[in-house]
Amino acid sequence: MLSVDEWSALRISLIVAGESVLLSLPVAIAIAFVLVRARFAGRPFLDAFVHLPLVLPPVVVGYLMLLLLGLHGTIGHWLYATLGVRLAFTTQGAALATAVMSFPLTVRAIRLSLEGIHPGLEEAARTLGAGAIDRFVSVTLPLMTPGILAGAITAFAAGLGEFGAVITFASNIPGETRTLPLALYTAIQTPDGDTAALRLAALSFCLGLTGLIVAEHLSRRLRARFGP
Amino acid sequence: MLSIDLSVSRGDFHLTARVEANTPGIIAIFGPSGAGKSTLAHAIAGLVPATGRIQLDDVLWLDSSSQRSVPAEARRIGYVFQDARLFPHLDVRGNLRFAEHRARHHPRYVALKELIELLGLQALLARRVHQLSGGERQRVALGRALLSQPKLLILDEPLAALDVARREEVLPYLELLRDRYQVPMLYVSHQYDEVLRLASQVVLLGHGRIQASGTPAAISLDPSLRTIIGRELIGSVLEATVVSVDAATDLATVALGHTHIRLALANTSPGSRIRLHILARDVLLAIRAPEGLSVRNVLPGIISALTEEGRDAVLVTVDMGDERLLSRVTREAVNDLKLRPGLPIWALIKAASLRNQSFNQRARTSAEASR
Repeated sequence: MLSVDEWSALRISLIVAGESVLLSLPVAIAIAFVLVRARFAGRPFLDAFVHLPLVLPPVVVGYLMLLLLGLHGTIGHWLYATLGVRLAFTTQGAALATAVMSFPLTVRAIRLSLEGIHPGLEEAARTLGAGAIDRFVSVTLPLMTPGILAGAITAFAAGLGEFGAVITFASNIPGETRTLPLALYTAIQTPDGDTAALRLAALSFCLGLTGLIVAEHLSRRLRARFGP
Repeated sequence: MLSIDLSVSRGDFHLTARVEANTPGIIAIFGPSGAGKSTLAHAIAGLVPATGRIQLDDVLWLDSSSQRSVPAEARRIGYVFQDARLFPHLDVRGNLRFAEHRARHHPRYVALKELIELLGLQALLARRVHQLSGGERQRVALGRALLSQPKLLILDEPLAALDVARREEVLPYLELLRDRYQVPMLYVSHQYDEVLRLASQVVLLGHGRIQASGTPAAISLDPSLRTIIGRELIGSVLEATVVSVDAATDLATVALGHTHIRLALANTSPGSRIRLHILARDVLLAIRAPEGLSVRNVLPGIISALTEEGRDAVLVTVDMGDERLLSRVTREAVNDLKLRPGLPIWALIKAASLRNQSFNQRARTSAEASR
Protein backbone atom coordinates (compact mmCIF):
# COMPACT_ATOMS: atom_id res chain seq x y z
CA MET A 1 0.00 0.00 0.00
CA LEU A 2 2.77 2.43 0.97
CA SER A 3 5.94 2.80 -1.07
CA VAL A 4 9.37 2.17 0.41
CA ASP A 5 10.05 5.90 0.65
CA GLU A 6 6.74 6.53 2.33
CA TRP A 7 7.39 3.79 4.88
CA SER A 8 10.78 5.29 5.53
CA ALA A 9 9.37 8.78 6.09
CA LEU A 10 6.66 7.42 8.40
CA ARG A 11 9.19 5.36 10.33
CA ILE A 12 11.59 8.29 10.73
CA SER A 13 8.77 10.60 11.76
CA LEU A 14 7.71 8.21 14.49
CA ILE A 15 11.29 7.64 15.66
CA VAL A 16 12.11 11.35 15.71
CA ALA A 17 8.89 12.29 17.51
CA GLY A 18 9.21 9.38 19.96
CA GLU A 19 12.85 10.05 20.76
CA SER A 20 12.17 13.75 21.15
CA VAL A 21 9.55 12.96 23.79
CA LEU A 22 11.90 10.64 25.67
CA LEU A 23 14.62 13.29 25.53
CA SER A 24 12.53 16.21 26.70
CA LEU A 25 10.28 14.55 29.29
CA PRO A 26 12.75 14.08 32.20
CA VAL A 27 14.18 17.57 31.70
CA ALA A 28 10.70 19.06 31.35
CA ILE A 29 9.55 17.41 34.61
CA ALA A 30 12.58 18.79 36.43
CA ILE A 31 12.21 22.30 34.97
CA ALA A 32 8.46 22.36 35.66
CA PHE A 33 9.10 21.29 39.25
CA VAL A 34 11.69 24.02 39.71
CA LEU A 35 9.44 26.66 38.12
CA VAL A 36 6.47 25.77 40.34
CA ARG A 37 8.09 24.94 43.65
CA ALA A 38 11.42 26.75 43.86
CA ARG A 39 11.75 30.44 44.66
CA PHE A 40 14.98 31.95 43.40
CA ALA A 41 16.16 35.17 41.75
CA GLY A 42 16.64 33.77 38.24
CA ARG A 43 13.20 32.21 38.00
CA PRO A 44 11.61 34.73 35.57
CA PHE A 45 14.67 34.44 33.34
CA LEU A 46 14.50 30.63 33.32
CA ASP A 47 10.77 30.84 32.62
CA ALA A 48 11.37 33.12 29.62
CA PHE A 49 14.27 31.03 28.35
CA VAL A 50 12.16 27.86 28.40
CA HIS A 51 9.53 29.59 26.28
CA LEU A 52 11.97 30.93 23.67
CA PRO A 53 11.40 28.17 21.07
CA LEU A 54 7.76 29.17 21.06
CA VAL A 55 8.49 32.69 19.82
CA LEU A 56 11.66 32.19 17.77
CA PRO A 57 11.36 31.09 14.13
CA PRO A 58 12.22 27.36 14.05
CA VAL A 59 14.96 28.07 11.53
CA VAL A 60 16.67 30.31 14.10
CA VAL A 61 16.53 27.54 16.70
CA GLY A 62 17.97 25.07 14.17
CA TYR A 63 20.69 27.52 13.20
CA LEU A 64 21.65 28.21 16.83
CA MET A 65 21.83 24.49 17.45
CA LEU A 66 24.03 24.10 14.40
CA LEU A 67 26.35 26.79 15.74
CA LEU A 68 26.58 25.12 19.15
CA LEU A 69 26.21 21.44 18.37
CA GLY A 70 27.54 21.20 14.80
CA LEU A 71 30.91 19.55 14.30
CA HIS A 72 32.59 22.97 14.46
CA GLY A 73 30.47 24.22 17.33
CA THR A 74 31.89 24.37 20.87
CA ILE A 75 29.76 21.60 22.33
CA GLY A 76 29.47 19.60 19.09
CA HIS A 77 33.21 19.52 18.63
CA TRP A 78 33.76 18.35 22.20
CA LEU A 79 31.04 15.69 21.90
CA TYR A 80 32.62 14.30 18.75
CA ALA A 81 36.20 14.45 20.04
CA THR A 82 35.53 12.82 23.43
CA LEU A 83 32.44 10.64 22.94
CA GLY A 84 32.41 10.17 19.18
CA VAL A 85 28.85 11.48 19.09
CA ARG A 86 27.69 13.41 16.04
CA LEU A 87 24.35 15.17 16.29
CA ALA A 88 24.06 17.42 13.24
CA PHE A 89 22.64 15.69 10.15
CA THR A 90 21.59 12.54 12.08
CA THR A 91 18.27 11.05 13.24
CA GLN A 92 19.26 11.78 16.85
CA GLY A 93 19.96 15.35 15.87
CA ALA A 94 16.53 15.62 14.29
CA ALA A 95 15.04 14.22 17.50
CA LEU A 96 16.98 16.75 19.58
CA ALA A 97 15.88 19.66 17.41
CA THR A 98 12.30 18.44 17.67
CA ALA A 99 12.65 18.08 21.46
CA VAL A 100 13.90 21.66 21.79
CA MET A 101 10.99 22.96 19.70
CA SER A 102 8.30 21.11 21.66
CA PHE A 103 9.96 21.67 25.04
CA PRO A 104 7.85 24.72 26.05
CA LEU A 105 4.63 22.82 25.34
CA THR A 106 5.76 19.87 27.47
CA VAL A 107 6.84 22.08 30.35
CA ARG A 108 3.55 23.99 30.21
CA ALA A 109 1.40 20.87 30.41
CA ILE A 110 3.40 19.37 33.27
CA ARG A 111 3.49 22.68 35.07
CA LEU A 112 -0.28 23.04 34.91
CA SER A 113 -0.81 19.65 36.50
CA LEU A 114 1.81 20.37 39.14
CA GLU A 115 0.15 23.66 40.03
CA GLY A 116 -3.12 21.77 40.47
CA ILE A 117 -1.65 19.50 43.12
CA HIS A 118 -2.56 20.60 46.64
CA PRO A 119 0.81 21.07 48.42
CA GLY A 120 -1.01 19.86 51.53
CA LEU A 121 -0.91 16.34 50.13
CA GLU A 122 2.87 16.36 50.40
CA GLU A 123 2.54 17.70 53.95
CA ALA A 124 0.21 14.84 54.74
CA ALA A 125 2.72 12.38 53.31
CA ARG A 126 5.39 13.97 55.49
CA THR A 127 3.40 13.43 58.67
CA LEU A 128 3.00 9.80 57.62
CA GLY A 129 6.76 9.40 57.57
CA ALA A 130 7.60 9.92 53.89
CA GLY A 131 10.92 11.65 53.17
CA ALA A 132 11.50 14.04 50.25
CA ILE A 133 12.30 11.45 47.56
CA ASP A 134 9.58 9.11 48.80
CA ARG A 135 7.07 11.99 48.64
CA PHE A 136 8.05 12.88 45.10
CA VAL A 137 7.94 9.31 43.84
CA SER A 138 4.83 8.11 45.65
CA VAL A 139 2.68 11.25 45.77
CA THR A 140 3.78 14.08 43.49
CA LEU A 141 4.84 12.07 40.45
CA PRO A 142 1.69 9.90 40.28
CA LEU A 143 -0.45 13.00 40.65
CA MET A 144 1.49 14.64 37.83
CA THR A 145 0.79 11.68 35.53
CA PRO A 146 -2.11 13.33 33.69
CA GLY A 147 0.05 16.39 33.01
CA ILE A 148 3.06 14.33 32.00
CA LEU A 149 0.92 12.29 29.62
CA ALA A 150 -0.73 15.37 28.18
CA GLY A 151 2.70 16.94 27.74
CA ALA A 152 4.06 13.80 26.07
CA ILE A 153 1.11 13.59 23.69
CA THR A 154 1.35 17.26 22.75
CA ALA A 155 5.11 16.96 22.25
CA PHE A 156 4.72 13.84 20.16
CA ALA A 157 2.06 15.43 17.98
CA ALA A 158 4.09 18.60 17.56
CA GLY A 159 7.16 16.48 16.88
CA LEU A 160 5.48 14.75 13.95
CA GLY A 161 5.07 18.10 12.26
CA GLU A 162 8.37 19.79 13.10
CA PHE A 163 9.98 21.16 9.96
CA GLY A 164 12.13 24.26 10.24
CA ALA A 165 14.45 23.25 13.06
CA VAL A 166 14.90 19.74 11.70
CA ILE A 167 15.76 20.76 8.15
CA THR A 168 18.20 23.39 9.40
CA PHE A 169 19.99 21.31 12.01
CA ALA A 170 19.61 17.78 10.63
CA SER A 171 19.06 18.49 6.94
CA ASN A 172 16.83 16.41 4.65
CA ILE A 173 18.59 13.07 4.29
CA PRO A 174 16.45 10.21 2.98
CA GLY A 175 16.29 7.32 5.43
CA GLU A 176 18.02 9.39 8.11
CA THR A 177 16.30 12.70 8.77
CA ARG A 178 13.59 12.89 6.08
CA THR A 179 10.41 12.91 8.16
CA LEU A 180 6.90 13.10 6.70
CA PRO A 181 6.78 16.91 6.43
CA LEU A 182 10.26 16.92 4.90
CA ALA A 183 9.28 14.20 2.41
CA LEU A 184 6.15 16.18 1.58
CA TYR A 185 8.23 19.30 1.04
CA THR A 186 10.60 17.35 -1.20
CA ALA A 187 7.69 15.96 -3.21
CA ILE A 188 6.28 19.43 -3.75
CA GLN A 189 9.65 20.62 -5.00
CA THR A 190 9.83 17.71 -7.47
CA PRO A 191 8.20 18.06 -10.94
CA ASP A 192 5.27 15.62 -11.25
CA GLY A 193 5.39 15.05 -7.50
CA ASP A 194 1.71 15.96 -7.04
CA THR A 195 0.47 12.42 -6.44
CA ALA A 196 3.30 11.65 -4.04
CA ALA A 197 2.63 14.87 -2.15
CA LEU A 198 -1.09 14.10 -1.92
CA ARG A 199 -0.44 10.58 -0.63
CA LEU A 200 1.98 11.93 2.02
CA ALA A 201 -0.55 14.55 3.04
CA ALA A 202 -3.20 11.85 3.39
CA LEU A 203 -0.79 9.77 5.47
CA SER A 204 -0.11 12.72 7.77
CA PHE A 205 -3.83 13.26 8.07
CA CYS A 206 -4.48 9.64 9.12
CA LEU A 207 -1.57 9.70 11.55
CA GLY A 208 -2.86 12.89 13.18
CA LEU A 209 -6.40 11.57 13.47
CA THR A 210 -5.22 8.30 15.05
CA GLY A 211 -3.10 10.27 17.47
CA LEU A 212 -6.04 12.43 18.54
CA ILE A 213 -8.29 9.44 19.13
CA VAL A 214 -5.64 7.65 21.20
CA ALA A 215 -4.98 10.80 23.23
CA GLU A 216 -8.68 11.30 23.94
CA HIS A 217 -9.02 7.68 25.02
CA LEU A 218 -6.04 7.98 27.36
CA SER A 219 -7.22 11.16 29.00
CA ARG A 220 -10.67 9.64 29.49
CA ARG A 221 -9.16 6.69 31.33
CA LEU A 222 -7.06 9.00 33.45
CA ARG A 223 -10.09 11.08 34.39
CA ALA A 224 -11.87 7.93 35.48
CA ARG A 225 -8.92 7.11 37.68
CA PHE A 226 -8.31 10.48 39.27
CA GLY A 227 -11.87 11.65 39.46
CA PRO A 228 -13.33 14.92 38.23
CA MET B 1 3.62 14.47 79.79
CA LEU B 2 3.60 16.78 76.79
CA SER B 3 5.60 19.90 77.32
CA ILE B 4 5.65 22.66 74.77
CA ASP B 5 7.41 25.98 74.91
CA LEU B 6 7.73 27.52 71.50
CA SER B 7 7.49 30.61 69.40
CA VAL B 8 6.63 30.88 65.73
CA SER B 9 6.82 33.87 63.42
CA ARG B 10 5.02 33.88 60.10
CA GLY B 11 5.06 37.28 58.47
CA ASP B 12 3.24 39.65 60.80
CA PHE B 13 1.89 36.88 62.98
CA HIS B 14 3.73 35.87 66.12
CA LEU B 15 2.81 32.99 68.34
CA THR B 16 4.23 32.06 71.69
CA ALA B 17 2.89 29.12 73.60
CA ARG B 18 3.79 27.26 76.77
CA VAL B 19 1.79 24.17 77.48
CA GLU B 20 2.24 21.39 80.00
CA ALA B 21 -0.27 18.61 79.64
CA ASN B 22 -0.73 15.18 81.09
CA THR B 23 -0.85 12.31 78.64
CA PRO B 24 -2.57 10.24 77.46
CA GLY B 25 -5.77 12.18 77.08
CA ILE B 26 -7.19 14.71 74.67
CA ILE B 27 -5.69 18.15 74.93
CA ALA B 28 -7.97 20.65 73.25
CA ILE B 29 -6.53 23.79 71.70
CA PHE B 30 -9.49 26.08 71.70
CA GLY B 31 -9.85 29.62 70.45
CA PRO B 32 -11.47 31.84 67.85
CA SER B 33 -10.47 31.79 64.18
CA GLY B 34 -7.16 33.51 63.61
CA ALA B 35 -5.94 32.83 67.15
CA GLY B 36 -3.05 30.73 65.85
CA LYS B 37 -4.40 27.28 66.68
CA SER B 38 -3.45 25.73 63.36
CA THR B 39 -0.07 27.43 63.37
CA LEU B 40 0.62 25.95 66.79
CA ALA B 41 -0.45 22.50 65.60
CA HIS B 42 1.67 22.80 62.45
CA ALA B 43 4.68 23.89 64.50
CA ILE B 44 4.33 20.93 66.85
CA ALA B 45 4.16 18.57 63.86
CA GLY B 46 7.25 20.23 62.37
CA LEU B 47 5.41 21.57 59.31
CA VAL B 48 6.36 25.18 60.04
CA PRO B 49 9.66 26.28 61.49
CA ALA B 50 9.60 27.18 65.17
CA THR B 51 12.02 27.84 67.99
CA GLY B 52 11.82 26.55 71.52
CA ARG B 53 11.27 23.13 72.91
CA ILE B 54 8.75 20.33 72.34
CA GLN B 55 8.94 17.16 74.34
CA LEU B 56 6.65 14.21 74.87
CA ASP B 57 7.79 12.01 77.74
CA ASP B 58 11.36 11.10 76.75
CA VAL B 59 11.04 12.08 73.08
CA LEU B 60 12.55 15.44 72.24
CA TRP B 61 11.26 16.81 68.91
CA LEU B 62 12.58 20.31 69.12
CA ASP B 63 15.21 21.90 71.27
CA SER B 64 16.62 25.11 69.90
CA SER B 65 19.17 25.37 72.69
CA SER B 66 20.90 22.25 71.36
CA GLN B 67 20.08 22.92 67.68
CA ARG B 68 17.85 19.89 67.60
CA SER B 69 14.83 19.80 65.31
CA VAL B 70 13.49 16.45 64.19
CA PRO B 71 12.03 16.77 60.66
CA ALA B 72 8.27 16.26 60.38
CA GLU B 73 8.65 12.93 58.58
CA ALA B 74 10.63 11.53 61.51
CA ARG B 75 8.55 12.93 64.38
CA ARG B 76 5.91 10.25 64.16
CA ILE B 77 3.15 12.74 64.85
CA GLY B 78 -0.06 11.73 63.12
CA TYR B 79 -1.98 14.64 61.66
CA VAL B 80 -5.62 14.75 60.64
CA PHE B 81 -6.21 17.85 58.54
CA GLN B 82 -9.46 19.76 58.27
CA ASP B 83 -9.64 18.86 54.57
CA ALA B 84 -8.62 15.21 55.15
CA ARG B 85 -5.93 15.37 52.42
CA LEU B 86 -6.39 11.82 51.24
CA PHE B 87 -4.27 10.88 48.25
CA PRO B 88 -6.54 11.04 45.19
CA HIS B 89 -4.44 8.63 43.13
CA LEU B 90 -4.99 5.86 45.66
CA ASP B 91 -8.16 4.17 46.84
CA VAL B 92 -9.08 4.00 50.51
CA ARG B 93 -7.09 0.82 51.04
CA GLY B 94 -4.11 2.41 49.28
CA ASN B 95 -4.29 5.42 51.58
CA LEU B 96 -4.29 3.21 54.65
CA ARG B 97 -1.48 1.06 53.28
CA PHE B 98 0.58 4.16 52.52
CA ALA B 99 0.74 4.89 56.25
CA GLU B 100 1.05 1.29 57.34
CA HIS B 101 3.95 0.61 54.98
CA ARG B 102 5.97 3.59 56.18
CA ALA B 103 5.48 2.59 59.81
CA ARG B 104 6.48 -1.03 59.29
CA HIS B 105 9.61 -0.72 61.44
CA HIS B 106 7.89 1.08 64.30
CA PRO B 107 6.34 -0.63 67.31
CA ARG B 108 2.78 -1.46 66.32
CA TYR B 109 -0.18 -0.71 68.52
CA VAL B 110 -2.74 -0.12 65.76
CA ALA B 111 -3.53 -3.13 63.59
CA LEU B 112 -5.00 -2.56 60.12
CA LYS B 113 -7.73 -5.14 60.47
CA GLU B 114 -8.92 -3.99 63.84
CA LEU B 115 -8.88 -0.35 62.81
CA ILE B 116 -10.92 -1.03 59.67
CA GLU B 117 -13.50 -2.65 61.90
CA LEU B 118 -13.43 0.08 64.55
CA LEU B 119 -13.91 2.85 62.00
CA GLY B 120 -16.37 0.91 59.87
CA LEU B 121 -14.23 1.21 56.74
CA GLN B 122 -14.76 -2.26 55.32
CA ALA B 123 -17.28 -1.19 52.71
CA LEU B 124 -15.15 1.78 51.65
CA LEU B 125 -11.82 0.05 51.06
CA ALA B 126 -12.09 -0.19 47.27
CA ARG B 127 -13.57 3.30 46.88
CA ARG B 128 -11.81 6.18 45.24
CA VAL B 129 -11.31 9.19 47.46
CA HIS B 130 -13.63 11.41 45.43
CA GLN B 131 -16.45 8.92 45.96
CA LEU B 132 -16.44 9.45 49.73
CA SER B 133 -18.66 11.76 51.76
CA GLY B 134 -17.07 14.35 54.02
CA GLY B 135 -17.59 12.24 57.13
CA GLU B 136 -16.19 9.13 55.46
CA ARG B 137 -13.15 11.07 54.34
CA GLN B 138 -12.38 12.14 57.88
CA ARG B 139 -12.80 8.59 59.15
CA VAL B 140 -10.31 7.37 56.55
CA ALA B 141 -7.95 10.22 57.42
CA LEU B 142 -8.21 9.26 61.09
CA GLY B 143 -7.44 5.64 60.26
CA ARG B 144 -4.55 6.61 58.03
CA ALA B 145 -3.01 8.84 60.70
CA LEU B 146 -3.32 6.12 63.33
CA LEU B 147 -1.78 3.48 61.07
CA SER B 148 1.44 5.47 61.06
CA GLN B 149 1.62 4.29 64.71
CA PRO B 150 2.01 7.86 65.95
CA LYS B 151 3.34 8.92 69.33
CA LEU B 152 1.00 11.90 69.22
CA LEU B 153 -2.10 12.44 67.13
CA ILE B 154 -2.98 15.98 66.10
CA LEU B 155 -6.55 16.60 64.99
CA ASP B 156 -6.67 19.99 63.31
CA GLU B 157 -10.35 20.99 63.22
CA PRO B 158 -11.29 17.61 61.76
CA LEU B 159 -15.00 18.39 61.90
CA ALA B 160 -14.96 22.01 60.79
CA ALA B 161 -15.74 21.21 57.16
CA LEU B 162 -18.69 18.98 58.09
CA ASP B 163 -22.27 19.96 58.82
CA VAL B 164 -23.81 19.12 62.19
CA ALA B 165 -25.29 15.79 61.10
CA ARG B 166 -22.00 14.66 59.54
CA ARG B 167 -20.12 15.57 62.71
CA GLU B 168 -22.07 12.94 64.56
CA GLU B 169 -20.72 10.44 62.01
CA VAL B 170 -17.19 11.14 63.19
CA LEU B 171 -17.34 12.26 66.84
CA PRO B 172 -18.27 8.87 68.33
CA TYR B 173 -15.29 7.34 66.51
CA LEU B 174 -12.98 9.87 68.10
CA GLU B 175 -14.23 8.84 71.53
CA LEU B 176 -13.88 5.21 70.59
CA LEU B 177 -10.28 5.64 69.43
CA ARG B 178 -9.39 7.67 72.51
CA ASP B 179 -10.56 4.83 74.70
CA ARG B 180 -9.14 2.00 72.60
CA TYR B 181 -5.65 3.37 71.96
CA GLN B 182 -3.77 5.25 74.63
CA VAL B 183 -2.34 7.71 72.13
CA PRO B 184 -2.12 11.33 73.32
CA MET B 185 -4.24 13.59 71.16
CA LEU B 186 -4.13 17.28 70.45
CA TYR B 187 -7.55 18.46 69.34
CA VAL B 188 -7.73 21.83 67.62
CA SER B 189 -11.23 23.31 67.53
CA HIS B 190 -13.27 26.45 67.70
CA GLN B 191 -16.41 24.52 68.70
CA TYR B 192 -16.96 24.69 72.44
CA ASP B 193 -19.32 21.70 72.51
CA GLU B 194 -16.75 19.44 70.83
CA VAL B 195 -14.13 20.52 73.30
CA LEU B 196 -16.42 19.84 76.27
CA ARG B 197 -17.27 16.46 74.90
CA LEU B 198 -13.74 15.27 74.21
CA ALA B 199 -11.09 17.15 76.10
CA SER B 200 -9.35 16.16 79.28
CA GLN B 201 -7.44 19.42 79.22
CA VAL B 202 -8.16 22.70 77.47
CA VAL B 203 -5.69 25.28 76.24
CA LEU B 204 -7.29 28.62 75.43
CA LEU B 205 -5.52 30.42 72.62
CA GLY B 206 -6.16 33.98 71.52
CA HIS B 207 -4.10 36.44 69.45
CA GLY B 208 -1.13 34.11 69.30
CA ARG B 209 -0.94 33.69 73.08
CA ILE B 210 -2.21 31.23 75.59
CA GLN B 211 -4.92 32.86 77.66
CA ALA B 212 -5.60 30.01 80.05
CA SER B 213 -5.04 26.32 80.42
CA GLY B 214 -6.59 23.68 82.62
CA THR B 215 -9.36 21.13 82.97
CA PRO B 216 -12.65 21.88 81.20
CA ALA B 217 -14.15 22.56 84.64
CA ALA B 218 -11.49 25.13 85.45
CA ILE B 219 -11.60 26.69 81.98
CA SER B 220 -15.38 27.03 82.10
CA LEU B 221 -14.97 29.51 84.97
CA ASP B 222 -12.11 31.41 83.38
CA PRO B 223 -13.01 35.01 82.47
CA SER B 224 -10.97 34.89 79.23
CA LEU B 225 -13.27 32.17 77.92
CA ARG B 226 -16.24 34.52 78.07
CA THR B 227 -15.13 36.70 75.19
CA ILE B 228 -14.62 33.64 72.99
CA ILE B 229 -17.76 31.58 73.40
CA GLY B 230 -20.37 34.27 73.76
CA ARG B 231 -22.93 34.86 76.46
CA GLU B 232 -25.31 32.01 75.75
CA LEU B 233 -22.77 29.26 76.39
CA ILE B 234 -21.31 30.65 79.59
CA GLY B 235 -21.79 28.21 82.41
CA SER B 236 -19.87 25.90 84.66
CA VAL B 237 -18.67 22.46 83.64
CA LEU B 238 -18.81 19.84 86.34
CA GLU B 239 -17.54 16.29 86.50
CA ALA B 240 -20.02 14.08 88.26
CA THR B 241 -20.80 10.44 88.99
CA VAL B 242 -24.16 8.81 88.43
CA VAL B 243 -25.35 7.33 91.73
CA SER B 244 -28.62 5.76 90.70
CA VAL B 245 -31.05 5.71 87.80
CA ASP B 246 -34.80 5.33 88.04
CA ALA B 247 -35.54 3.11 85.07
CA ALA B 248 -39.20 4.12 84.92
CA THR B 249 -38.63 7.87 84.65
CA ASP B 250 -35.03 8.01 83.37
CA LEU B 251 -34.41 10.39 86.25
CA ALA B 252 -30.87 9.94 87.53
CA THR B 253 -29.31 10.97 90.80
CA VAL B 254 -25.88 12.43 90.27
CA ALA B 255 -23.26 13.09 92.93
CA LEU B 256 -21.87 16.59 92.69
CA GLY B 257 -19.29 17.23 95.35
CA HIS B 258 -21.07 16.70 98.68
CA THR B 259 -24.55 17.05 97.29
CA HIS B 260 -26.77 15.26 94.85
CA ILE B 261 -28.81 16.56 91.97
CA ARG B 262 -31.53 14.89 89.98
CA LEU B 263 -31.72 15.10 86.24
CA ALA B 264 -33.17 13.29 83.30
CA LEU B 265 -30.50 11.08 81.75
CA ALA B 266 -31.07 8.42 79.17
CA ASN B 267 -28.68 5.53 78.53
CA THR B 268 -26.63 5.70 81.64
CA SER B 269 -25.89 3.45 84.57
CA PRO B 270 -24.74 3.90 88.17
CA GLY B 271 -21.02 4.55 88.41
CA SER B 272 -20.75 6.38 85.07
CA ARG B 273 -18.67 9.52 85.03
CA ILE B 274 -20.47 12.31 83.27
CA ARG B 275 -19.67 15.88 82.44
CA LEU B 276 -22.38 18.44 83.02
CA HIS B 277 -22.50 21.85 81.46
CA ILE B 278 -24.78 24.01 83.54
CA LEU B 279 -25.48 27.30 81.81
CA ALA B 280 -25.32 30.47 83.89
CA ARG B 281 -28.73 31.50 82.62
CA ASP B 282 -30.29 28.31 84.04
CA VAL B 283 -29.13 28.87 87.58
CA LEU B 284 -31.30 30.98 89.89
CA LEU B 285 -30.24 32.29 93.29
CA ALA B 286 -32.15 32.52 96.58
CA ILE B 287 -30.90 34.04 99.84
CA ARG B 288 -33.21 31.84 101.94
CA ALA B 289 -33.96 28.12 101.60
CA PRO B 290 -36.84 28.13 99.14
CA GLU B 291 -40.01 26.12 99.70
CA GLY B 292 -42.87 25.05 97.51
CA LEU B 293 -40.99 25.22 94.22
CA SER B 294 -41.19 22.96 91.23
CA VAL B 295 -37.41 23.11 90.87
CA ARG B 296 -35.86 19.82 92.01
CA ASN B 297 -32.29 20.87 92.57
CA VAL B 298 -31.60 23.36 95.31
CA LEU B 299 -27.95 23.44 96.30
CA PRO B 300 -26.47 25.40 99.20
CA GLY B 301 -23.30 27.37 98.58
CA ILE B 302 -21.39 30.54 99.22
CA ILE B 303 -20.91 33.40 96.80
CA SER B 304 -17.24 33.70 95.95
CA ALA B 305 -17.25 36.34 93.22
CA LEU B 306 -19.40 38.82 91.33
CA THR B 307 -18.40 39.82 87.81
CA GLU B 308 -20.03 42.59 85.83
CA GLU B 309 -21.28 41.34 82.48
CA GLY B 310 -22.35 44.03 80.11
CA ARG B 311 -24.61 46.86 81.23
CA ASP B 312 -27.24 45.11 83.29
CA ALA B 313 -26.10 41.57 84.07
CA VAL B 314 -23.83 40.17 86.73
CA LEU B 315 -22.21 36.73 86.79
CA VAL B 316 -22.23 35.25 90.26
CA THR B 317 -19.82 32.46 91.16
CA VAL B 318 -21.17 30.10 93.81
CA ASP B 319 -18.83 27.77 95.68
CA MET B 320 -20.23 24.44 96.78
CA GLY B 321 -17.25 22.71 98.32
CA ASP B 322 -15.02 21.74 95.41
CA GLU B 323 -17.57 22.57 92.75
CA ARG B 324 -18.60 25.93 91.45
CA LEU B 325 -21.66 27.19 89.64
CA LEU B 326 -22.11 30.30 87.58
CA SER B 327 -25.37 32.20 87.72
CA ARG B 328 -26.41 35.18 85.65
CA VAL B 329 -28.60 37.65 87.51
CA THR B 330 -29.61 41.23 86.87
CA ARG B 331 -27.84 44.12 88.53
CA GLU B 332 -31.14 45.00 90.13
CA ALA B 333 -31.30 41.56 91.77
CA VAL B 334 -27.75 42.00 93.10
CA ASN B 335 -28.79 45.25 94.75
CA ASP B 336 -32.14 43.99 96.08
CA LEU B 337 -30.75 40.77 97.54
CA LYS B 338 -27.53 42.49 98.65
CA LEU B 339 -25.45 39.78 96.98
CA ARG B 340 -21.76 39.98 97.92
CA PRO B 341 -18.83 37.59 98.22
CA GLY B 342 -19.07 35.43 101.34
CA LEU B 343 -22.86 35.41 101.44
CA PRO B 344 -24.46 31.97 101.94
CA ILE B 345 -26.85 31.28 99.07
CA TRP B 346 -29.08 28.64 97.52
CA ALA B 347 -28.56 27.85 93.86
CA LEU B 348 -31.57 26.52 91.96
CA ILE B 349 -30.92 24.45 88.85
CA LYS B 350 -33.79 23.62 86.56
CA ALA B 351 -33.57 19.90 85.86
CA ALA B 352 -35.45 20.35 82.60
CA SER B 353 -32.85 22.75 81.26
CA LEU B 354 -30.14 20.29 82.09
CA ARG B 355 -31.75 17.74 79.88
CA ASN B 356 -32.61 20.02 77.04
CA GLN B 357 -29.58 22.08 76.18
CA SER B 358 -27.18 22.67 78.95
CA PHE B 359 -25.94 19.19 79.36
CA ASN B 360 -23.27 17.18 77.71
CA GLN B 361 -23.04 13.56 78.47
CA ARG B 362 -19.71 11.89 78.50
CA ALA B 363 -20.82 8.75 80.19
CA ARG B 364 -18.55 5.79 80.00
CA THR B 365 -18.44 2.67 82.05
CA SER B 366 -15.39 0.52 82.44
CA ALA B 367 -17.11 -2.15 80.36
CA GLU B 368 -17.48 0.24 77.44
CA ALA B 369 -13.93 1.47 77.67
CA SER B 370 -12.44 -1.98 77.35
CA ARG B 371 -14.62 -3.00 74.45
